[in-house]
Amino acid sequence: MTGFRTLLHKEVLRFWKVIWQTVAAPVLTALLYLLIFFHVLEGHVQVYPGVSYTAFLMPGLIMMAVLQNAFANGSSSLIQSKITGNLVFVLLAPLSYLEFFLAYLVAAMLRGLLVGTGVAAVGLLFADLPVAHFGWVLAFALASSAAFASVGIVAGIWADKFDHLAGVQNFVIMPLTFLSGVFYSIHSLPAFWQSVSHFNPVFYMIDGFRYGFFGQADTSPWLGLAVVAPSALVLGLLTLLLLRRGYKLRH
Amino acid sequence: MPSPAVRVRGLEKHYGALCALDGIDLDIGEGEFFALLGPNGAGKTTLISILAGLVRPTAGFAQVLGHDVQADYRQVRRLLGVVPQELVFDPFFTVRETLEFQSGYFGLARNEDWIDALLHHLGLADKADSNMRRLSGGMKRRVLVAQALVHKPPVIVLDEPTAGVDVELRQSLWAFIRDLNRQGHTILLTTHYLEEAETLCQRVAMLKAGRIVALDRTDNLLRSCGERHLRLRLAAADLPESLATRLVGRKGDEFILSLPDLDDLEPTLAALRMAGATVLDMGLDQPDLEDIFVRVMGQGTPTPSPSPARGRGALLESLSRPEGKR
Repeated sequence: MTGFRTLLHKEVLRFWKVIWQTVAAPVLTALLYLLIFFHVLEGHVQVYPGVSYTAFLMPGLIMMAVLQNAFANGSSSLIQSKITGNLVFVLLAPLSYLEFFLAYLVAAMLRGLLVGTGVAAVGLLFADLPVAHFGWVLAFALASSAAFASVGIVAGIWADKFDHLAGVQNFVIMPLTFLSGVFYSIHSLPAFWQSVSHFNPVFYMIDGFRYGFFGQADTSPWLGLAVVAPSALVLGLLTLLLLRRGYKLRH
Repeated sequence: MPSPAVRVRGLEKHYGALCALDGIDLDIGEGEFFALLGPNGAGKTTLISILAGLVRPTAGFAQVLGHDVQADYRQVRRLLGVVPQELVFDPFFTVRETLEFQSGYFGLARNEDWIDALLHHLGLADKADSNMRRLSGGMKRRVLVAQALVHKPPVIVLDEPTAGVDVELRQSLWAFIRDLNRQGHTILLTTHYLEEAETLCQRVAMLKAGRIVALDRTDNLLRSCGERHLRLRLAAADLPESLATRLVGRKGDEFILSLPDLDDLEPTLAALRMAGATVLDMGLDQPDLEDIFVRVMGQGTPTPSPSPARGRGALLESLSRPEGKR
């Protein structure tokens, strides 16, 4: 357990030492979204009855921040360690694959959840956010951040340079999160795009998370959980398998 | 019989068409100070990386103190301390944090006393709280050594630890490593500085193109493979006729004679006496490891299986029959 705890501590300290980049910056980005949407759309758009647009927007923005930062932490830590070569210190140590995986996973989830909390805090300056079912909020926050943390670890292991990682971020993570109902209800989309959205796992992450706050959403949270939890599990197992094989880490 | 510190059998590593290791057999005994020599690309780092579990072999196996490096990887990593060749560091942390983390990875939650001792021995005590980025290259190298030793490994592997390191640090580093060797740690070293291997190591293996081309005690190698030179200053202006075939050069008023073997010394001296020559001064130049290294590496395709030379140690036949200098 000491090995896992140490690696987790190191990974948390790594992002903590550059907290302006890793936590404050994404919170500021979310703040800018809120500022703009609050002034432009508040009072013009109502998605759910009794829920202001800014309030509607908040769970989506929080979850988007959680996902992007959970992805960013493991991926950027690993690629930096690979490029500078200091990953060798971890590879030379008697850490099990599981310890390695869990340390990077938990650190990434913590960063995601920390940024999410920060976004929620600044969001409260603009609108009240009710919490209808805290259990759902927590379940979707944990399962979704775990899924994206795993994706981040795999991307960090796979990428040979920062360009590769930027590619994943710009061409996979950003479209998936933006087209998942952060800014709108999928019921406002044409039928075709509505059905496409149902194949985007990120849609369920945001929708289920939103249900936890308002007690209403586009689909049932149970359906969401049935998609998100197995996704997290499969991604986690895949990551573990790659680590076990030494994919790109041990030749 | 206890397991050797390192045992390697039939070890091969191919990267596509490139053959980095081509059937290595090697035993390194516990407590040895062993050098692995060879030109760049000979396979030294690949061999070390297989021991460390960073590279997986294509064929054959490797053990550290009886534990297979793959099946029993966690135990092997506890037994090994590896100083990597590249000057790598984590720019986020201080020297002390780096060492504390490394201890933790090895399951040591409380290691302050030993970390302090390492910092002291390696001259890092006043840098303990400096960020790794602020350290000079030599200082970073010391931290790498300290990192490899946080868990007091019985087998220490140093991959070119003195590359680009100043004389002072080199000496203090070797004094420290020698001390560890005296305490019973097995040391496996790769280096380009052959004089280091010559003075430090009891045994030497030379690698070329993924094969071991020489493997013996350092003193045997020096004794048996090198051509010595006898320097003579005589009262007479000329060398006795009977020794003309031995003459390889002149340096001022000195004659330089070749002695392919120490057994040639007595007949040479006898020839001098026979000719009634008066010797004013004489000296014997020993070959050094560099001479031997250059000769071994200069030879054609190595014979794969070492054969005993002069009944002690295993040495290549080609080595024991020198064919003239270089």
